[in-house]
Amino acid sequence: MREITYREALREALREEMERDETVFLMGEDIADPFGSAYKVTLGLSPQFGTERVRQTPISEQGFVGAGVGAAVTGMRPVVEIMYIDFATMAMDQIANQAAKLRYMSGGQAKVPLVIRTQGGPGRSSAAQHAQSLEAWFAHIPGLLVAMPSTPYDAKGLLKTAIRLDDPVVFIEQKLLYNTEGPVPEEEYTLPFGEADVKREGSDCTVVATSMTVLKALKAADILEREGISVEVVDPRTLFPLDIETITASVCKTSRVVVTHEAVERCGFGAEIVAQIAQTAFGYIDAPIQRVCAPSVPPPFAQHMEAFTMIDEHKIADRVRRLVTGEL
Amino acid sequence: MTQTAAEREEPVGSPPQDLSGEQLRWMYRRMLLIREFENTAQIRFEAGEIAGFLHLSQGQEAVPVGTCAALREGDTITSTHRGHGDVIAKGCDVKRMFAELYGRTTGYCKGKGGSMHIADFSQGIIGANGIVSGGLPIALGAALSCQMRNTDHVTVCFFGDGATAEGGFHEALNLSTLWQVPLIFVCQNNLYGLSQPWEETAFQCDLPERARTYHMPAECVDGMDVITVYGAVARAVNRARRGEGPSFIEAKTYRFLGHYVGDPATYMDQEEREGWRKRDPIPRLGRQLREWGYLTDEEAAQIRAEVEEELQAGIEFAKSSPKPPAADALSDVYVHFDHHGEPR
Ligand SMILES: Cc1ncc(C[n+]2csc(CCOP(=O)(O)OP(=O)(O)O)c2C)c(N)n1
Ligand SMILES: [Mg+2]
Repeated sequence: MREITYREALREALREEMERDETVFLMGEDIADPFGSAYKVTLGLSPQFGTERVRQTPISEQGFVGAGVGAAVTGMRPVVEIMYIDFATMAMDQIANQAAKLRYMSGGQAKVPLVIRTQGGPGRSSAAQHAQSLEAWFAHIPGLLVAMPSTPYDAKGLLKTAIRLDDPVVFIEQKLLYNTEGPVPEEEYTLPFGEADVKREGSDCTVVATSMTVLKALKAADILEREGISVEVVDPRTLFPLDIETITASVCKTSRVVVTHEAVERCGFGAEIVAQIAQTAFGYIDAPIQRVCAPSVPPPFAQHMEAFTMIDEHKIADRVRRLVTGEL
Repeated sequence: MTQTAAEREEPVGSPPQDLSGEQLRWMYRRMLLIREFENTAQIRFEAGEIAGFLHLSQGQEAVPVGTCAALREGDTITSTHRGHGDVIAKGCDVKRMFAELYGRTTGYCKGKGGSMHIADFSQGIIGANGIVSGGLPIALGAALSCQMRNTDHVTVCFFGDGATAEGGFHEALNLSTLWQVPLIFVCQNNLYGLSQPWEETAFQCDLPERARTYHMPAECVDGMDVITVYGAVARAVNRARRGEGPSFIEAKTYRFLGHYVGDPATYMDQEEREGWRKRDPIPRLGRQLREWGYLTDEEAAQIRAEVEEELQAGIEFAKSSPKPPAADALSDVYVHFDHHGEPR
């Protein structure tokens, strides 16, 4: 199968959906050519579809996300881009009070086929306001769907589905994943929300990982394999709906679990996963459930301090090793 | 923008009555210091010595220098992601700025903030900002505080043209006149917000007109002329100190380079750029000072040598300063508790 980047996979999804359905349109800051958006996902789309459908906006997150809500409930399928997840704060009313609740408040009348694409995560010394991982904020709000793809294949399939769903989706990419490559079929496909993917099978310990930490968990599994420890890596792919069955099935098989994400530990999405595992698979677990998450501090600027707070394969491998050897 | 011959050689004019030779030489030196700070930072960034984002302000120096020349100790400023010039103009030491860009303990933020978050509360520099428009309501609050504490201090809010599309801009303007706080809004309109030309982001592009609808004095000035900027800000500061409320100044200026280092800025027009480069505020003031007898060629050469020395010393200071222990990432979250919530 051909290999393309995460960025190209996302661009293909946008292009295919825009070709398929003319109500699909894009809005966001600096998304038109020649700039083609901060991480270049939309590069090349404005020449093809025009600047009506690849609609560049001023720096007005509340305005254009709200415009997305209004357009979505009146027959369009907007895909809005918030350059950094940190700037979603500027549009939180429209996301959390409006998009998420219009259907419920209207007694089921409204459909809100809105996709909010954004990206988060550390790794580029971009400091406290450009490197957060805020997925738990959105997963906490009833009414929102949340996707966090870790591979080009998942990114394309999930984004196409997100655009076709009639519920609002917060679609969270990761800034260091854009250049990663992976197999993506030439043929049309979509991926369902609420279906976790076992990225690697193993028998000694389950690692539940999201977005960037999936790649780190797979590397950790390689390291541990050489030591005779077999790790299963499960990627939920969507945080809501959450495929807890696949996760607990894995935990029941391995009897140990480490949950990892780039977001800070306190009230991170890992807490929800851990709670659900504890509720449904308590009797199958042989060792304390572990979390490998960022310490609960803002992302620091200096590279070495940022690295200190980030999740890498060694932090995951170390925790799994200690768990499996009974040290924890 | 097409340039006429007259614009290419800006008229020298007559010396301002309200500025001494010493003040004018200070302006010249500060602008040069900012320019060379930015040039040096760019070179070091491109050499891979500095990480993160670097938004440089070459071309815009007259705005912060003209503004801060009208301020005094006790006054407060807020700044933006493109804030090096603003904070140097207010008094930041380039040594500690470089140290911050290098992520060292001696940096203004001990390596936690970096280029976008330089702050020196001891000098009233209450923060650059990574969030476009984030500083506007904060400046409003600082000005409110000047008022509530019965001081005659004022606050200057620096922001870019891009910020004027955000809700926080409008809320800050409205509240500032409602409360009549001593606040000076200084919009550095460099004609672009990232890749977007300013005129393409609003239907109503007359910013002073917009500010006047909130009922405050407002004017648009040539942001490439430090003396003009100074004059407008000084008038606004006087009003604010007398308790006459906020003012709005739009300074038309230009970002000589891309949005950040690494941005090829293909969206910028080459001819436009050349035109603005010819209006460079630093040689312009240099010409004026020579004409008015405030600066000899030898003095100009000496200022340049001093600036270069200061920057060289700054780089050496930064590089020879220790890196914070990585675990320092965990400190400074709260005053009363550590990041686990344990009382300190
Ligand atoms: C709320 C928010 N939205 C978007 C951005 C991304 N961003 C950073 S600087 C910038 C352009 C700002 O333009 P302007 O205010 O004119 O300042 P300039 O860069 O020209 O100095 C953008 C869009 C941001 N940092 N914060
Ligand atoms: Mg601008």
